[in-house]
Amino acid sequence: MVEVEAFIVLSAALFILGAMGVVLRRNAILVFMSVELMLNAANLALVAFAWHWGGMDGHIFVFFVITVAAAEVAVGLALIVAIFRSRQSINIDELHLMEG
Amino acid sequence: MENLAQIAPLIILFPAIGAFINFFWGAKMGEGASAMVGTVASGSSFLVALGLLAYLTGNGFNPAVINPPLLDSWIRIDSVGLDISWQTRVDTLSVSMTLFVTFVGTLIHIYAAGYMHGDPRFSRFFAYLNMFLAFMLILVMGNNLLMMFVGWEGVGLCSYLLISFWWDKPGGEGIANSNAGRKAFIANRVGDFGVLIAIFLSFWAFGTLDYYKPNEIPNPQVSAAHLEEETDSSRVFYSFADEDVEMSQLGMFGQVARYVRIDEAASVSLDNARTILNQARGTGDEQLIAQAEALLETTRAEADANRPQFNIGPATFGIGTLLTLITLFMLLGVTGKSAQIPLFVWLPDAMAGPTPVSALIHAATMVTAGVYMMVRSNIMFHHAELTSIIVALIGATTALVAGFIAIGQFDIKRVLAYSTISQLGFMVAAVGLGAYVAAMFHMITHAFFKALLFLGSGSVIHGMEHGHHHVHLHDADHPEAVTHDSHDDDGFDPQDMRYMGGLREKMPVTYWTYLFGTIALAGIWPFAGFWSKDEILLDAWYVGFEKGLFQGFIVLGLLFAAAAFTAFYMWRQIEMVFHGKPRHEAAEHASESSRSMTIPLVILAFFALFVGFINIPSGIGFPFTFGLEGVLGVHLLGDFLEYSIFAEAFNLLTFNALIAIPALAVGIGGILAARSVYGGGKAIDASGQDPLQADPNTALVWNVAYARMYWDEIYFALIINPYIRIADFLYEVVDWGFLHDYFHDSVLIRGYRSMGDLLARPFDLGIIDGAVNGLGWLAGRIGGGLRLTQTGYVRTYAVALLLGVVAVIILMLLPLI
Amino acid sequence: MIDVPSIADLNLTVTFPAVFLALFTMVVLIVDLFIPKDRKIRTAHLTLGGLVVAFVWNVLVFDSNQTALGGMYIADSFSGFINFIALTAAIITCFLSVDYLKRTGIEQGEFYSLLLFSTAGVMFMGAASDLIVVFIALEILSIPLYVMAAMRYRDAKSEESGLKYFILGAFASAFFLYGAALVYGATGTTSLPEIFASVEGIVATDSGARLYLVLGAALIFVGLGFKVAVVPFHMWTPDVYEGAPTPVTAFMSVAAKAGGFAALLRLMVIALPELTANIGDTIAIWQTTIAIVAAATMILGNFVAIVQTNVKRMLAYSSIAHAGYILMGVAAVGTIGVAEEATRAALIYMLAYTFTNLGAFAVVMALEKDDGSGTQIADFKGLSRSRPLLAVMMAFFMLSLTGVPTTAGFIGKFLLFGAALEAGLVLLTIIGVLTSVVSAYYYVRIIVNMYLEDGEGDPAEGATQYLNYATYAAFAGTLIIGLFPFLAVNLLDTMMIAGLF
Repeated sequence: MVEVEAFIVLSAALFILGAMGVVLRRNAILVFMSVELMLNAANLALVAFAWHWGGMDGHIFVFFVITVAAAEVAVGLALIVAIFRSRQSINIDELHLMEG
Repeated sequence: MENLAQIAPLIILFPAIGAFINFFWGAKMGEGASAMVGTVASGSSFLVALGLLAYLTGNGFNPAVINPPLLDSWIRIDSVGLDISWQTRVDTLSVSMTLFVTFVGTLIHIYAAGYMHGDPRFSRFFAYLNMFLAFMLILVMGNNLLMMFVGWEGVGLCSYLLISFWWDKPGGEGIANSNAGRKAFIANRVGDFGVLIAIFLSFWAFGTLDYYKPNEIPNPQVSAAHLEEETDSSRVFYSFADEDVEMSQLGMFGQVARYVRIDEAASVSLDNARTILNQARGTGDEQLIAQAEALLETTRAEADANRPQFNIGPATFGIGTLLTLITLFMLLGVTGKSAQIPLFVWLPDAMAGPTPVSALIHAATMVTAGVYMMVRSNIMFHHAELTSIIVALIGATTALVAGFIAIGQFDIKRVLAYSTISQLGFMVAAVGLGAYVAAMFHMITHAFFKALLFLGSGSVIHGMEHGHHHVHLHDADHPEAVTHDSHDDDGFDPQDMRYMGGLREKMPVTYWTYLFGTIALAGIWPFAGFWSKDEILLDAWYVGFEKGLFQGFIVLGLLFAAAAFTAFYMWRQIEMVFHGKPRHEAAEHASESSRSMTIPLVILAFFALFVGFINIPSGIGFPFTFGLEGVLGVHLLGDFLEYSIFAEAFNLLTFNALIAIPALAVGIGGILAARSVYGGGKAIDASGQDPLQADPNTALVWNVAYARMYWDEIYFALIINPYIRIADFLYEVVDWGFLHDYFHDSVLIRGYRSMGDLLARPFDLGIIDGAVNGLGWLAGRIGGGLRLTQTGYVRTYAVALLLGVVAVIILMLLPLI
Repeated sequence: MIDVPSIADLNLTVTFPAVFLALFTMVVLIVDLFIPKDRKIRTAHLTLGGLVVAFVWNVLVFDSNQTALGGMYIADSFSGFINFIALTAAIITCFLSVDYLKRTGIEQGEFYSLLLFSTAGVMFMGAASDLIVVFIALEILSIPLYVMAAMRYRDAKSEESGLKYFILGAFASAFFLYGAALVYGATGTTSLPEIFASVEGIVATDSGARLYLVLGAALIFVGLGFKVAVVPFHMWTPDVYEGAPTPVTAFMSVAAKAGGFAALLRLMVIALPELTANIGDTIAIWQTTIAIVAAATMILGNFVAIVQTNVKRMLAYSSIAHAGYILMGVAAVGTIGVAEEATRAALIYMLAYTFTNLGAFAVVMALEKDDGSGTQIADFKGLSRSRPLLAVMMAFFMLSLTGVPTTAGFIGKFLLFGAALEAGLVLLTIIGVLTSVVSAYYYVRIIVNMYLEDGEGDPAEGATQYLNYATYAAFAGTLIIGLFPFLAVNLLDTMMIAGLF
């Protein structure tokens, strides 16, 4: 029997990986994928806890997260495409018209 | 019906809203909408007044006191029992005032819509008119002296604003207008001071400024019958006459009645004791005399103890002295607001305002405020005999003096202004004679026919201006006509009767309505003025012949003379303005005014004829009253007002042909005399003089009238110039010489400067400046430093966020360790 | 087996303001297809109609104090108040948008649907009684805002602000989600009242569950802290506020903030007030953290605002500072016994801020040129002469933001400082007062520019009819709350948060 902590350690590792990806990557798509990774780490934790507690709440939560993530993808990719169309680049470091 | 009185505050609210709208949006709305707002506001007030009348007739004429919602207490200091409310009083006196104020007011609004057409401040004018109406209604409807004073000051303000409404006219005229406004304001301030003192004294003596408490009635005799009919048990009426009513349950007037009663009771018991002593002396029995003397002593002690005493500061007054003082101070206010000698000089100048203002404020309503105040405080004046004598004499003298001056005036509005002063004198005299109903009656009839005359004169002026304009244009088209035209174009005055004449054909409606007003004012049967003037004369006769008081004779004589002058100067005006031939191109080309102006004239003319029938005296009947006494009843107004006037102060007289016929004769005589002097086209002779001026026999007297009896000059010599000299002295010597040059320069400036030098040292050294600027600089530096973190790079932000997460987690976990 | 609840059990009546708005959004989306391009004002009118219906309905169910949707939705005066803020903000934003969208060439019907969606998100957030609902509401609130921020897609700044907002927003959402997962793991439930019930037991044991709970609370705070823009999660704010179309900025600054704080208060107040270090403590574990964050936020927001030259950016920093003030109220909630008062103070502050800030943005929009320029502080010069009324209102908004008496802002600050003092947060209160003094510096600078400096021409060409309506409404709201604060306070007088106080 695997303890629930094991799942949580895994999900935490994925979550931190995702966070580092957001911080370190310059390509908007990859940044975005890192965010998705973080969301899925959370999903994993949710499912693990749901398994631990034996209730339905966690599972339901996961479904909603997937749905929301899909919505975010739609919006996010549209934005990235728009940016790419106007600048021919999706390097987020080039986005600093405004500062201070 | 019981709750109908609750609408009373609306009567003030409507014109207030109208004024508000016109003030803020009037200029944008345009003339039509602006006039509509003003007129509707005023008309709504009239409807409310009708509703209040319905309430009174439906509730046995018992008064109601209404606290407007949200505004129950105005000034309240519990420790001294001061509680002054925004209470509105619905009783027969206030309602009879509001009825004619709002009705005449509405007509004048309609008239003004035509008269003011094209004025750049059209909407402002209506805002002022509405504001005036609101204040006038506060004055009338208030249930305490302070509310009355608010209205009193408010109408004074509006009067000032409206007199100097055309302050920006070119030439000296604008300055003259604003000076007229200032004159009115200052003269009124002198009177207002009197009113204020009267208010202070009243409060000091009675501890309240309420006229009557909500369920108190002034005249229990007439109300008794209705009180029994009163089905609504929730309202229990009482009066000062009820023995078990505490003094604190009475308003100031009820207290006066109660105090007078106590005072009189003390006098009566003292008189009885004296009678007993005299009888005892008659018997010669030593023992009886001693007993009676002892009785007199004890009675005197008792009476002295019982007599009410009022401590005003260091002085102690009995009730009679107190009332005399209060009423004398009130009288000062009356001479200001109601334009009596000696403060009447402002009213003729007030004609600088637009004519509707002259009609509404300076003839029909505001100037009657003083009379209203006296009628309202009738119990005080009734018991202040000295004041009453003074009031009667001032009124009658004013009536005669103003009537005399009116004969020597050429300005159409100025004649009417003096006429107004004269008629106000009639009213004031009536109050002095104790004829409160007669005063109110004359006030109401006068409001109608004097408003009519003013509006008629406005129409004439309008017509003359129109004619002048026509000539002017004509001149411009044909330059050669200018040489032919001999008169000085700039000297033309559309109000000067010397330029008029023959307007009868040009302005028929104005002529006929003006004629009605003239006959009414002259007191010719059956017009309104006949009935009301007759009643005052009747009262004077009664006071003189029946009561045997000297002031009655004097007043009767003065008023008869004034009545003769009235008829004379009014017919002089008719002859000069309407009869004969035009004496100027402007008069030749004058034309009738617009409908909006003539319709109010016709309505007012109707009332000038019929409004007198609201108070037909008893003892006269068909055919003299056309049988209207059967419809309206005898003494309708008197019976109505009886519910608001103290029983002791109330009397109604029967018709006396010995007064009425001479009065009528005097009126007709005045007209005939004027006709013989001015009729037949000789109103103004060839040299531009008045026939009376041209005639050496009368020239001297006439010139005195023409010079307005030198009132202004006398004031200048006696008061204003000394005042200015004193002010100059204070200014030149005390203020500049001492205060400025020495005290100010040497003491203050030097002192401040050395002090300032001392204090400024840290500034000079840069300590404080440095600190203040340094703080600003520091804040800027901090901000500038912090803003550097805002790099604009998303990844920086993400890192910051991540660092924040770590920080938050550490901070959150710290307490657990 | 899962019980299938009947329709009646769902208790839809009380959820209607939010549910109706969500459904109505779809209606607007569809109806908009049939509205020709040059008649988009009809969409605006339709939107306004829907908002008004929701508003009225909200008034009707304001005090119902019932749970609905199987315990996931809670309708009490707290949620009613948040609904009130959200709908007010949306209505005013709608008025702000009509002419602005047209003159800047981004008039698209979708804008209004997105606005409605976001509003519905705020409303669900205030009423959420379950972590799942909080998360979904957070996303419903955020995703439309990402799009709206980038709506002026021809403008590089707008595009950039959209993407920045999106990336950082999604990043923060992930933290929130992970925090929710941890809380769920600790308590075994996502329902806030049930979490509340089990917190005390978890605190009593020094177990892994307590660690999960505290970590979860921290991450949830991060996620929501991002939404309300508190330091150090604030960095997106100035850029996004500057780049986004101004009506969006205005809406974001009040509605998104209100939603974030609503959830924060719900979670901290309903679910975690008992999250104390030891049994018997009266101060929640998270109070110090939030107090520190609040202090940092107030300081940074106010000081950086001083050096700004762009008014939109200045207002962005000012909004950060105000988030700090509200967060001060949240921190005060952490002292057991002050929770009710502090919550009320925070809510009223939000309402006051909503009116004031929308008004300020409305005036900014009046000055903004079609190309997005004209929002420098220098552009306010001489406004008092060219547009005296506008200048007076702007001055009033600025004073309200400073917290001068008789304005709404003063009432909010007064209540907040009072609550913070009562909660024993003396140092925080002092910082709050001092930073408000600092804030006067840059707010008054606008007034000085309007009244003491001469400008040329009429800068306020954007002051169109609809915009003026919005300005007047905001002004009226600011004034009324300032003069009659009891009107707002009374709304929260009884049974503010169902089942807790």
